[in-house]
Amino acid sequence: MASPDRSARGEHAPRTWRKPPFIANPLVRYGIIVAVVAYLIWAFGSLPFNWTRIAEGLPRAARIFSGGFPPSFERFGLLLTGFKESFQIAILATLLGVALSIPFAVMAARNIAPMPIYLLGRAIIIVSRSFHPVIVAILFVAAVGFGPLAGILTLTLYSIGFVGKLLAEEIEEIDWGQVEAMRASGAGYLATLFYAVFPQILPRQVGLSMYQLDSNLRASAVVGIVGAGGIGSTLMNAFGRYDYDFAFAILLIIIAVILLSEGISGWVRKKIW
Amino acid sequence: MLEITQLVKRYGQNEAVLKGLDLKVEGNSVVSIVGASGAGKSTLLRCINRLEEPTSGSITLNGTELVHLKGTALRQARRKIGMVFQGFNLLDRLTVMENVLAGRLGYVNLYQAITRRYPQADIERAFSLMERVGIAHYANKRADQLSGGERQRVGVVRALMQEPDVLLADEPTASLDPRTSEQIMMLLQSLASELSLPVLINIHNVAQAKTYTERIVGLRHGTLIFDGAPADFNHDALDAIYGGIETPDESVTGQPPAAGEHAHGLA
Amino acid sequence: MVDHAQVLSERVWQRHDPKQRLIRYGVMLGVVMAVVWAVRDIDIFWPWVWDAPTQIANLGGRMWPPSAAGFGNIVNALLETVHIATLATFLTIFLALPVAYIAAQNTTPNRFCLWLGRFILVASRSVNTIIWALLFVAIFGPGVLAGILAIVFRSIGFIGKLMGEAIEEIDRRPVEAMEATGASKAKVIAYAIVPQVMPAFFAIVILRWDINVRESTVLGLVGAGGIGVILQGAIDTFAWPTVATILIAIIALVLVGEAITSLLRRRVM
Repeated sequence: MASPDRSARGEHAPRTWRKPPFIANPLVRYGIIVAVVAYLIWAFGSLPFNWTRIAEGLPRAARIFSGGFPPSFERFGLLLTGFKESFQIAILATLLGVALSIPFAVMAARNIAPMPIYLLGRAIIIVSRSFHPVIVAILFVAAVGFGPLAGILTLTLYSIGFVGKLLAEEIEEIDWGQVEAMRASGAGYLATLFYAVFPQILPRQVGLSMYQLDSNLRASAVVGIVGAGGIGSTLMNAFGRYDYDFAFAILLIIIAVILLSEGISGWVRKKIW
Repeated sequence: MLEITQLVKRYGQNEAVLKGLDLKVEGNSVVSIVGASGAGKSTLLRCINRLEEPTSGSITLNGTELVHLKGTALRQARRKIGMVFQGFNLLDRLTVMENVLAGRLGYVNLYQAITRRYPQADIERAFSLMERVGIAHYANKRADQLSGGERQRVGVVRALMQEPDVLLADEPTASLDPRTSEQIMMLLQSLASELSLPVLINIHNVAQAKTYTERIVGLRHGTLIFDGAPADFNHDALDAIYGGIETPDESVTGQPPAAGEHAHGLA
Repeated sequence: MVDHAQVLSERVWQRHDPKQRLIRYGVMLGVVMAVVWAVRDIDIFWPWVWDAPTQIANLGGRMWPPSAAGFGNIVNALLETVHIATLATFLTIFLALPVAYIAAQNTTPNRFCLWLGRFILVASRSVNTIIWALLFVAIFGPGVLAGILAIVFRSIGFIGKLMGEAIEEIDRRPVEAMEATGASKAKVIAYAIVPQVMPAFFAIVILRWDINVRESTVLGLVGAGGIGVILQGAIDTFAWPTVATILIAIIALVLVGEAITSLLRRRVM
């Protein structure tokens, strides 16, 4: 059982052992450490911190939190109106977004779209996914004015980007046999799409819609901050008027609604799949 | 000396898994514990190093009472009890050497443990033990790159690094092929005499138990029903332990262990 | 013959059984009602809706062509955005790991810590980055500190939740083996837990860094630093060609971030 080279190695030479380093090349190893430290110094050094203003932070935080507690539900009507609007924005944007995502997904699916259309579809989806909804919202507010319309447009675009991408991937993975069967029976492009492609992606689309409704509801609280309607606008107004007890009440309800909607959407998706 | 008296282990309100067990292991004897699945073999070993909490009874190792130990005292007691596991329980993403040195974790301080700066004596001991079992050339290899038999050798060396007063082996060969499991049993047997270390081995394979150990303890439904030399372990004892439950492994005979052929295999 | 035809005519093909159909119609009715309610009740001035395409096209027209003026400013703002995301991700690691540790079922010291950990994770995740930013701008004033803190506070929940799940999924057996050697809790963590969650840790941090780069592009809209500040400035001064340049810069940043992320992920895996 003893290893054969035991005697050859010599019993009494002191043997040492160090853990083999994570990166074998010492130059690279120390280079990475130096680079990280240098980056941290550079980043911290180059950022403009306004220390005098930051120093006022703690008393301000105390003021905000003491102003915020207990949260005030006095203007419950306003809160309710804000949430109602958020729901409406989320519902309409989900419906429009999920419906419109289908043509864009068809455009962006490599297996059923011709090359130029595919590139266009991909580009639209990539661009709409690159922008945070808040940036899109601020542009729509600039174009069509304050209010829920800007919110609906924003979240529709946001949904097209998200659902469209997943749906396009789904279309690319469909069972191609059904498409060929339809073509063999002499069906045209649209008929093939409706009978061979859409039925295969429909279950996924229903699940995605639920998910998207949930995420649009979250996002609608955020896009309101730049003026696109809903509870976010109510929150922003309360904050702007230093109305911290109302703001904290809104925040608490937002958290409650988000948790509730996350639970419901998770439950429904489990039921469907 | 390991002495177990009236050991009871019960999970919740269920029937006890161990029902008042008495066992004494002295010197450097190699003891195998046989019994059907669910007889309480594993629970017995795991009660000794307190991976399971005994419900009542007493376990002493060289005079130290192990039941009711807590915190530092428990950890210091565990250092003296080596354990080899069925699934090897190695730190897969670490090197073989780190796995072996982990046996010293009860002795070194946290700084040494995290920076892997173990005392020279530990490293020497690790190398000589690894050479003894033939895995020294794997020192800097990741543990999950080794074969099953090699992995179990790492497990054995790790346990021996603790300089234990007793070695527990919980089905050490059950995850290995027959040839390798013979090798591991042989290794445990010879290490026990070289290091004059008592070894308790849970084992399913009765033939191996008879070949490699000098004392067999039979458990059935949490009660000790056989305790004697391999020579006394006859068909009746086998029947008493396994009868009506399952047929034990008997790979030494090389024949399928059909019921009724035990007598032939054990003669 | 007649009988046979009779039988055939009764064999109506139906795709779903009655109960399924009832549920389907119920759900559809619910959806339609919700949509009708939303359309009729929402506070929208409909002529604006019909006018919206023209307005959007109009805005697009004013943005074209993008202006190259202030390009240096934009690059600086982009760097600031990346710094905010990177520093915040870096700081989050130190805060999220302890939370993950106490919020994981198998490592939490006691039930109180478990619930405390879960509360921190839920609170952090339920409040959006931009709302955190709003709060920190009110406290520390406009600037990058508010932005960094906002990203940190949102990322704790993300990294903490995923790391907690990674800890809950580890193989118990090495932990047991380390306990059997007499190792203390800290040593068991260092040897049996840390190496097991390492790959998940890198993957999660890289993923969150990517998300944080996107999120830090909007912090400036509430005054919390980064490229959003100059975007807001350009919009306020109606400098639409500059707005277009900034938008292009943001797309470039996000795409570069995505490329770096997938590169790192491949290196680490």
